[in-house]
Amino acid sequence: MTDLVEQDTRAMSVAVTKSRYQSEEFSARLRRRYAAERRFRIAGMLAVGVASLMLVILLGSIVSKGYTAFWQAQIRLEVTLDKQHVEERNYTALVRQALYAQVPAATDRATRRSLNDLLSSGAPYELEAMVNANPSLVGTTQTVWVRADDEIDQFMKGFIRRDVPESERRLNDVKIAAIDALVANGSIRSTFNTTLFTAGDSREPEQAGILGAVVGSALTLVVTMLLSVPIGIAAAVYLEEFAPKNRWTDLIEVNINNLAAVPSIIFGLLGLAVFLGFFGLPRSAPLVGGLVMALMTLPVIIIASRVALKAVPPSIREAALGVGASPLQTVTHHVLPLALPGILTGTIIGMARALGETAPLLMIGMVAFIVDIPGGLTDSATAIPVQIYMWADSPERAFTERTSAAILILLAFLILMNGLAVFLRKKFERRW
Amino acid sequence: MQLTVLLIILALLTVIGYQMGRSRAVASVGGRVVELHSVPSYHGFYVALWAGLPALLLFAFWGASEGWLVMQMVLSGLPDRLVNGDAQSLGLLRADILNLAHGVATGREPDPEVVAAAERYLRLHALGDWSLLVIGCCIAIGGLLYARGRIDPDLRARNRVERTVNIALVICSLVAILTTIGIVLSLLFEAIRFFAVVNPLDFLFGTHWSPQMAMRADQVGSSGSFGAIPLFAGTLLITGIAMAVAVPVGLMAAIFMSEYASPGLRTWLKPILEVLAGIPTVVYGFFAALTMAPFVRDVGNSLGLSVSSESALAAGFVMGVMIIPFVSSLSDDVINAVPQSLRDGSYGLGATKSETIRLVVLPAALPGIVAAVMLAVSRAIGETMIVTMAAGLTANLTANPLDAVTTVTTQIATLLVGDQEFDSPKTLSAFGLGLVLFVVTLTLNMVALRVVQKYREKYD
Repeated sequence: MTDLVEQDTRAMSVAVTKSRYQSEEFSARLRRRYAAERRFRIAGMLAVGVASLMLVILLGSIVSKGYTAFWQAQIRLEVTLDKQHVEERNYTALVRQALYAQVPAATDRATRRSLNDLLSSGAPYELEAMVNANPSLVGTTQTVWVRADDEIDQFMKGFIRRDVPESERRLNDVKIAAIDALVANGSIRSTFNTTLFTAGDSREPEQAGILGAVVGSALTLVVTMLLSVPIGIAAAVYLEEFAPKNRWTDLIEVNINNLAAVPSIIFGLLGLAVFLGFFGLPRSAPLVGGLVMALMTLPVIIIASRVALKAVPPSIREAALGVGASPLQTVTHHVLPLALPGILTGTIIGMARALGETAPLLMIGMVAFIVDIPGGLTDSATAIPVQIYMWADSPERAFTERTSAAILILLAFLILMNGLAVFLRKKFERRW
Repeated sequence: MQLTVLLIILALLTVIGYQMGRSRAVASVGGRVVELHSVPSYHGFYVALWAGLPALLLFAFWGASEGWLVMQMVLSGLPDRLVNGDAQSLGLLRADILNLAHGVATGREPDPEVVAAAERYLRLHALGDWSLLVIGCCIAIGGLLYARGRIDPDLRARNRVERTVNIALVICSLVAILTTIGIVLSLLFEAIRFFAVVNPLDFLFGTHWSPQMAMRADQVGSSGSFGAIPLFAGTLLITGIAMAVAVPVGLMAAIFMSEYASPGLRTWLKPILEVLAGIPTVVYGFFAALTMAPFVRDVGNSLGLSVSSESALAAGFVMGVMIIPFVSSLSDDVINAVPQSLRDGSYGLGATKSETIRLVVLPAALPGIVAAVMLAVSRAIGETMIVTMAAGLTANLTANPLDAVTTVTTQIATLLVGDQEFDSPKTLSAFGLGLVLFVVTLTLNMVALRVVQKYREKYD
């Protein structure tokens, strides 16, 4: 007590001259502490800023690389479909003749040979398809727009520069002169690249599309959904509503939590060893891809469904049981319908994850070069992310652009799915 | 074709069975439903289950065993000259028959016996499918009629249906366990085959990795050496770089969002991190390979450093960016779980916010944060696409982040993509690596989940 009084009087005596809370020492310490506070806060802001910046750079680089892929250069040809060539199915000659006519300056063989490279190697097939669809065209002269070769396309988009010395350029001076001539008489145009959406894979960038991969992804996802959704919900219902608390159910729980964190490539190894090796299912098939993805998304769906089931208040169960419903009736008539929006949200997010997953599909051989659009669950197929992986490996500049475009399409699907999940959550969100 | 028809017929029969069971139950008590033991719809489900389930089980069993059964029958009909080979040539023969049967062109001119076998295979297959259709329908109709005959006011339909449903639920929840068992067995089985060829100690502690096996005895440069230390070192290097990015950024972001940001700002920031988490890894891989790696190389070269075009730094950095949201959302959870009273106590003593966070909140949340970091490490070790696309394939034993290194997952992916002979140590080594990967990530996850659980209970 005397101590305190003593201290008090001492403090008061200081206060007369200068409060100890205003001493130089104290305010320096306070300044330091506040500076530390500011630094810490700025570090936090910086961290969030770095994360956002990386997102912007990532998306920005993909958009800036990819948006040009939605356009494709086409060359106008005045093709005379004479009978003889059509009967011989020599559409290559027809196309070439029409092209030489467009560039009158090219007369010698060497020039003409390099002119041949201006057109996509698929141009004769385009023409053939047109004639087959409408045989009455034979004998007439038609104006057709055919796809240009990918290098011409890249040149028109400005990715192949003129000012580079010829030896280091992908296009020689002869071709550039021919392109200039074509541009001068309005024979080159840039149109929306429908091929990208309607074709399967191809070695030629201008003929490559992602429809095959989209269909493959859709088939895979259908299998995944048909398997993992019912099984996942049933497992969640059992664990949450019926399972006794014992060592067995504990084991199952630990198991599910661990499975959710197992690297996806391990699931690929499982698929390779069990589905392909043991059961002898076909390689590269969406069926196997879907099976593997189902096993992979199952823990996600089970965990999300359990959370949704847990959120249903016990009073609802008790009320149902009180009026004589059996446990199963309680669940199917009352608990499940109330938990359904939450389960659905979790399911969609799990499906979105499966859609973007690549590694397990590589293991089970969905990484093959497949031109045809898959027609069934056991046909060979790829998926969108695998297509991205394969195109990213291709050296052509035009494939880089298409890879980015494929990424944009994949992201569009993902945004759509996640948007749906957010919408469902917002619409059916309920608080008890 | 027949299988689809069977499934449609089964679906129809179950619907019909439901209606029949229901109306018969109602009729059996002359419309006075109260006298039934169970609600009429349970009688309906009872008949429907009898109609659908046995046939469906048969269908599943047949689907799993048909290919093998038919193949055995075909092989037993072939002359000994073809069948009496070792396991490998037998496998080749099977593949030939299957390819011919499905009209896949094989390079070789097929043996007439094999062509005949392929035709026999197709015939037996068709026969099997038809008989399945007939037998399946018979079983379904039989089941339906049997159950319909048993409908009676005293039938304990609800108990029977619910018991069946309960069994189905248990089976569904066992799928997760079966998956784990499947993973462990398939990895172990193949890895044991690998370790029969390669000494496990050489594999785990050898420092030279070059899985190309010599096709001919005199081939040079393809020694087939399976020392995985360079892969483990490369994995650790890239994981280390990723953690050096993800842990500080993720943790500070979580602290900022849970302690500093206003609710309005938080609603903006959270989705940004969620988007970062939702981007497929193949996209990160593309970004790492085509944007980040050239950028790192150019910067390094301008500084006078020699940087590999597939540097560990680029792959590790992008992987770190991918893991930021993972770390931040997990840390966010544990930081939010720290009770407000601890903070209030600290403020009451005059501590600033950052002092409170550093000296009170973070120590209290430390076990959870450690667990989050462990989960993130396990994720980084198991991540495949970024390293497959952006890290190299050459197994360098180096600690220099500017060099190209390779990782366990990269090797698994490259060893198993494309054509593969299933018996060569080269392919099997992927399973050895997979086993190591599985054990390491599983251990990390188990420990982390334990820590999280233990910690969560502390303040509840």
